[in-house]
Amino acid sequence: MTDLAATDPLPKPKRDLAPILLPIALALLMIPLIGSPSTWLTLTAASLAMGMMIFIMASGLTLVFGLMDVLNFGHGAFIAVGAYVATLVLAPFAASIQADSLWTNLAVLAPAALLSMAVSGALGLVVERVLILPVYGQHLKQILMTTGGLIVAEQTLYALWGPQIIPMPLPASLRGSFILGDVAIAKYRVLAMLIGLAVFIAIQLVLNRTKLGLLIRAGVENREMVEALGYRIRRLFLGVFMTGSALAGLGGVMWALYREQVHASMSDDLTVLIFIVVIIGGLGSIGGCFIGAILVAMVANYGGFLVPKLALVSNILLMVAILMWRPRGLYAVTSR
Amino acid sequence: MMILSGDPPRSRVLTLVLVVIILALAATPFLFPGAKALNVAAKICVFAALVASYDLLLGYTGSVSFAHTMFYGIGSYAIAIALYGMGPNWAAVATGIVTGLPLAALLALAIGLFSLRVAAIFFAMITLAVASAFQVLASQLSWLTGGEDGRSFQLPELLRPGTVLISKNLFGFEINGRILTFYLVFAISALMILALLRVVNSPFGRVLQAIRENRFRAEALGFRTVFHLTYANCLAALVAAGAGILNALWLRYAGPDTSLSFSIMLDILLMVVIGGMGTIYGAIIGATIFILAQNYLQSLMGVASTAAGEAGLPLLPGLLHPDRWLLWLGLLFIASVYFFPTGVVGRLRKVSGGKGADSPH
Repeated sequence: MTDLAATDPLPKPKRDLAPILLPIALALLMIPLIGSPSTWLTLTAASLAMGMMIFIMASGLTLVFGLMDVLNFGHGAFIAVGAYVATLVLAPFAASIQADSLWTNLAVLAPAALLSMAVSGALGLVVERVLILPVYGQHLKQILMTTGGLIVAEQTLYALWGPQIIPMPLPASLRGSFILGDVAIAKYRVLAMLIGLAVFIAIQLVLNRTKLGLLIRAGVENREMVEALGYRIRRLFLGVFMTGSALAGLGGVMWALYREQVHASMSDDLTVLIFIVVIIGGLGSIGGCFIGAILVAMVANYGGFLVPKLALVSNILLMVAILMWRPRGLYAVTSR
Repeated sequence: MMILSGDPPRSRVLTLVLVVIILALAATPFLFPGAKALNVAAKICVFAALVASYDLLLGYTGSVSFAHTMFYGIGSYAIAIALYGMGPNWAAVATGIVTGLPLAALLALAIGLFSLRVAAIFFAMITLAVASAFQVLASQLSWLTGGEDGRSFQLPELLRPGTVLISKNLFGFEINGRILTFYLVFAISALMILALLRVVNSPFGRVLQAIRENRFRAEALGFRTVFHLTYANCLAALVAAGAGILNALWLRYAGPDTSLSFSIMLDILLMVVIGGMGTIYGAIIGATIFILAQNYLQSLMGVASTAAGEAGLPLLPGLLHPDRWLLWLGLLFIASVYFFPTGVVGRLRKVSGGKGADSPH
């Protein structure tokens, strides 16, 4: 420890760049392996789009854990609920979805996404009050309660919508690809990337530039201290939880459009993926979550292209590799 | 009370219920004729052992694992693949056992060393991820596992239903290979449960409970917590694989739906919570209640659903449909975690006073 004079500025926190370089290095490493640069570009764009969608879904989970030490195993339910709610809007307006005009399409898509977010957020409120509040601070019961919540939510979706897969066609103007030379990038992926980036920037701005964000970050680091300073962290947490649920709903809509179908079991598969992302990123870290999501998507896309058989376990291998390197994830934010 | 390892049920009602369950299970081939009753009884035996092994993890060490069906599946598949590949003989059964059990233990060791070392909270998530990868793997490697169809196989001569051991005119009951298989399942399940009871009442089991209550303190007392937790994880995996072997032997089949699916994992969770965590006896109660309800209540739901449909009620037919049975179980699960965290066994022990319920939390 060097002594600081009172007038010296505080030392800047050390920036940890290695995790940021990781996906870039991975992408560059893949160029010679894949061979054709156009295929590589297409795959990279696909990974980025998929990564953004996963990030949107996972961001809420990681913040909720970081802030309040609550592990929500039912997070996947919000994703499925978001996707199902979107069908409520998209089905009656099928005609405007199929119209070949970007603005007509967006005029339906935007309200659908907003409604999904609203419903998922409201559901988040209910879940937080009913399931998580009573077992606050007890990990074991939290896991059990939220797993129960996931079952109930999934089964209710089945009961309301039936067990069949609901098709969710992409709007006409978002089909097809942009062709740049011999590189084809699907239009919808560009949109997904833009939305994901916007969400990431918005979260970063709120966390780093507002008082609310300051409180959240402080709460992640040391909850008792924030409480001791007189802030009602419970209410802050509720807000974060609802926002996270709403984002999961948005991610659900985007994922359903990406896959062009809705099914209640999507929450199961995605829950696993999201957990891997959150673990890789370091519980509670938004930046880590962002990088983790891109890494998972890259491994899925590159791996699926190079060694299709390996794609089944590639996520696990990635997680093992990362945890060997940094046992608490890329960025260890919490002291837990 | 040597056989119970000095850990009796500690409640008169509970003892009575357990005795009734065990006697009924033992006498099923004679009391309740028909294939369904015998199937249900065998399933109760298998799941009682499986749930008891899960209780060792959840109830005694307090760590939530979602990979328990994986070990169960490893046992099932090991015996199925061996009997399928080598034909119906005892050598194949032995091969299945000596490959399945060590494989499960090794995998448990790997997962334990890897995830228990990092942070306890990771354990649940990592086991979930590994289990789902394993499930995909099992359904993709169809040359080995038969893919989604699974593997059907024949049992050795002695265990087949066609083999008559004691003919009907001797006691009025026919003892055939099927009934022999049932008693094999019954006896081995009982042995495994008794062995688990021994484990949790050993000094090792005490350490597990200490870790559950306060890991930091247990570590400060000088116990190597990672070693203990990993060891418990391996033991639980071994018993789960054993239960898987019994299940495959009974069904003469192993497939993703009967031995690997996530819904079995949820069933196990439900059984252990309903029965009572950290009691081992809860596993027997939970498995019995759950499987009886699954087999007999579900058909009742179908009747109610049709009745509601005919009465023209909205929503109810969908909610009461037999396929929605998990919905009600999920609600029951939440309610029991919330209101009866000690489960049936904990309640009964509390009612009877005695030494009082030693709740795991």
